[in-house]
Amino acid sequence: MSTNVKQLMTKPLIKDNPIGLQVLGICSALAVTTSLAVSLVMCMAVIFVCAFSNLFVSLIRAQIPSSIRIIVQMTIIASLVIVVDQVLKAFAYDTSKQLSVFVGLIITNCIVMGRAEAFAMANPPGLSFLDGIANGLGYSLVLIIVAVIRELFGSGSLLGYEILPLVTEGGWYEPNGLMLLAPSAFFIIGGFIWAVRTYDSAQVEKADFKIKPNVSKEAI
Amino acid sequence: MEALLSLFITAIFIENMALAFFLGMCTFIAISKKVESSFGLGLAVIFVLLVTVPINNLVYNYFLADGALAWAGLPDVNLSFLGFLAYIGLIAACVQFIEMFLDKYVPSLYNALGVFLPLITVNCAILGASLFMVERNYNFTESVVYGAGAGVGWALAITVLAGIREKMKYSDVPAGLRGLGITFITVGLMSLGFMSFGGIQL
Repeated sequence: MSTNVKQLMTKPLIKDNPIGLQVLGICSALAVTTSLAVSLVMCMAVIFVCAFSNLFVSLIRAQIPSSIRIIVQMTIIASLVIVVDQVLKAFAYDTSKQLSVFVGLIITNCIVMGRAEAFAMANPPGLSFLDGIANGLGYSLVLIIVAVIRELFGSGSLLGYEILPLVTEGGWYEPNGLMLLAPSAFFIIGGFIWAVRTYDSAQVEKADFKIKPNVSKEAI
Repeated sequence: MEALLSLFITAIFIENMALAFFLGMCTFIAISKKVESSFGLGLAVIFVLLVTVPINNLVYNYFLADGALAWAGLPDVNLSFLGFLAYIGLIAACVQFIEMFLDKYVPSLYNALGVFLPLITVNCAILGASLFMVERNYNFTESVVYGAGAGVGWALAITVLAGIREKMKYSDVPAGLRGLGITFITVGLMSLGFMSFGGIQL
């Protein structure tokens, strides 16, 4: 049991990362990563929603008729997201303005839906809750790595504290403006996937075509 | 009229749903291996956005916004916190309805869209467009134009990506980057390309 729980908690971090391997939940992930503080809030929101939606779906899994289960899961998730949104508006208004529509988009975040459908429908509440937290953490790991890279190199600071003194303020670091724009997020995620798959080669996808070695004389 | 045209162009190119706001990424990456199926999915997204954004606009303005229930004699009621639940419910219902309607009356289109229609409910681009519409206070006409523009932009992006991926499967990609990794980097390059539209003003 204890090894089972440990596996459940650690697997989604690297081995079965929801973003890196399962391609879930990238939708709302990338747009919020220009600053670390906002990303941290987003991570907490996703962990909360993922854990509790798993818990509630698992609690009533025996009562849900399978033909309308998607709607039931949607309703639970949407209600949880409304709670998160209202809390953010009440206690962290500026952050909630920066997150704009992306809090609402947690509803369609495939990680939350995916885990509710794939795990919580078939497992007891306790395990489902842990699975929700673990997958939320797996998502947060990627989000935080991307946010650290983007904020550090894009504006030379972390969480608003200056790390690399900027040229404009008499320092030496010329900020890389591209890091604050959309394309950099794609490049960083691509690089992240490359790193993870080099570390764990079982995740490498098969090529559609084998490339023959070049044996023509001209090439030599 | 000019304002609407500018909104349309902005929604397609400058604020492209997929490439600038990262919306609908899951489907965007998963179903972009073949041009044909991507094009089908793109059509379905245009269609659903064109229907759901205006409907959500009406729902917001006549039921949820602050004081919107004045016509029912309840001027002090503000239901805007129910927004998320209402939009996603409406989108799910609309998709279901469109599916049944097409099945009955336009079977050729229904067959062409196939499995993609039900998938669209969980596409963040659809919910995202509705949320942007509310946040930016579009009126009804603007919401129709915005829905169409956002859909066309998304469809354009996924078709182009599928075209690139069809060619790319013949190339020798480093083992770790194969599949998902190289796709992300390609999307990044496309996104760079679309950023060049940034300065266009109509």
